[in-house]
Amino acid sequence: MSGRITPGVALLLALLAAFVVAAVAAPILAPFDPLRQSLLLRLRPPGTTLAAGTFLLGTDDLGRDLLSRVLYGARASLAVAALSVSVSLLVGTLLGLLAGWFRGWPAILIMRLVDTMLSIPAILLAVLTVAVLGPGFLNLVLVLGLTRWPRYTRVAYAQTLQVANLPYIRAAEMAGSSALRILLRHVLPNIAGPLMVVATTEFGLMILFEAGLSFLGLGIQPPFPSWGSIMSAGRQYVARAWWLTVFPGACLFVLVLCVNLFGDWLRDRVDPRSQSR
Amino acid sequence: MLRHIAGRVGQAIVATFGVLTMVFFVMRLSGDPTLLLVPEGATAEQIAALRHQLGFDRPLVVQYGAYLADLARLDLGESLVQRAPVAGIVGERIPYTMALAAGSLVVALGIGIPAGIAMAVWRGSVLERALAAFVLTGQSLPTFWSGILLILLFGVNLGWLPTSGADSLGSLVMPSVALGALTMSTFARMTRIAVLDELSRDYVAAARARGLSLAAAVGRHVLRNAAIPVVTVTALEVGNLLAGAVIVETVFAWPGIGQLAIQSIAARDFLVVQTVVLFVSVVYVGTNLLADLAYAAIDPRIRMGA
Repeated sequence: MSGRITPGVALLLALLAAFVVAAVAAPILAPFDPLRQSLLLRLRPPGTTLAAGTFLLGTDDLGRDLLSRVLYGARASLAVAALSVSVSLLVGTLLGLLAGWFRGWPAILIMRLVDTMLSIPAILLAVLTVAVLGPGFLNLVLVLGLTRWPRYTRVAYAQTLQVANLPYIRAAEMAGSSALRILLRHVLPNIAGPLMVVATTEFGLMILFEAGLSFLGLGIQPPFPSWGSIMSAGRQYVARAWWLTVFPGACLFVLVLCVNLFGDWLRDRVDPRSQSR
Repeated sequence: MLRHIAGRVGQAIVATFGVLTMVFFVMRLSGDPTLLLVPEGATAEQIAALRHQLGFDRPLVVQYGAYLADLARLDLGESLVQRAPVAGIVGERIPYTMALAAGSLVVALGIGIPAGIAMAVWRGSVLERALAAFVLTGQSLPTFWSGILLILLFGVNLGWLPTSGADSLGSLVMPSVALGALTMSTFARMTRIAVLDELSRDYVAAARARGLSLAAAVGRHVLRNAAIPVVTVTALEVGNLLAGAVIVETVFAWPGIGQLAIQSIAARDFLVVQTVVLFVSVVYVGTNLLADLAYAAIDPRIRMGA
């Protein structure tokens, strides 16, 4: 994929925008209250029309409208991913900048910590931490944010090392700029591209992690809808109510696919050399 | 060479030590680890007695030392929920997860490597585009969704394969495919890049000029050289497969350590969860080390250089 905005890329951006709109405008778009249960409306197939209205995607095991729950689920997914990526981007970049600028023992200390964090499979570290702290939205954001920063640190560190010796940085230093000012005003803008590429990849991964942890019962807690928790409940009814797992899963798949494709496109723009690969 | 090995072993030891330390502190994030270990419904006196018995009333540094000493003796502790040594509880589940990881690796290597080679050799063709779409799909599929879809299709509708459990070899098929999809994509992309890299080298042009067909050049020379990065990725992926097993085993009720970890969280049996995390992390560090050493053994440039 080239770096230009082709029709394919436009479609991609439109799809991503649609997910964001669905998440933000869920209260307006949702035809029903996603939490309202009705035992008379349990496990109705998609397209069921009753006095109460039409259930386009059917209803779940507690008689809640699936379309409304899927729309609200987009909120959980995007909010957790956006917040946790922000936390880890901030922490990771800051540590990487510091390690790359000061080198010496701060760099050794930080980069050893990075190596260690990266040698625990991330999902397991998240599972253990959420299990100890307890599930919930805030804990989920904190756990994902504070376990996923090392990748940004690696990139920021390597990039800062490269940039730090460029003449204009040296010039700024000799002109008497403070380290903080140089890092934020001159180094950060120059290393932002590769960091955004990492952030996009991580965004897709965080969406998967949120859904996975919620599927395991460690993320967003019922009755609040998350694609993962909807599927977890639907797993028990897979033979009787396929729609409970197929629709939220399809949303998850398409969203992650779009984010991954967007990441590929961004990488080509930021680093034209990678196109040849 | 010796220096390289010593350096890498040293790094692995530091990483292992770091993992142990991190797990220790995560377990204490809740404030009082005693509460994580007592069975539900324990009285305040029982909790206080247990806190003293387990030494959680001692200073943190002392606890940390005792924790490391226990691990050094391979004493993983006793589950107070199941009243049995944790090593046994986790140990009897390990073969199941290993079988699942092996099955996934077979799926991933068996499909990913041929796909990667084909994508490189027939670059720009319709086949490459189709395979690229396939690989991208594998990369974006959430394992729990593809798992449920497989169950729906092959288990419920067609009735070809058992939907859950570990009763026969057939039970292993669907979990392996679900878990192996992501790794398959990684292999395909890695293999494609490695083969493309090699194809652009002079020796390939020389071989072709000597009259060797493309297939023969790839078969005899390119694949051997392209194998080096793929070997490394294989080792890295073993750790990812073990970690991904947490979700896949839950979907398929596969009785491995992943399912055990999730069941243990529900049962508040945190020593078991801790042990699973430690086990997978140590395997992860170990396979990474092996990969590095194998890399050095295969490729003399790494051995001699930095």
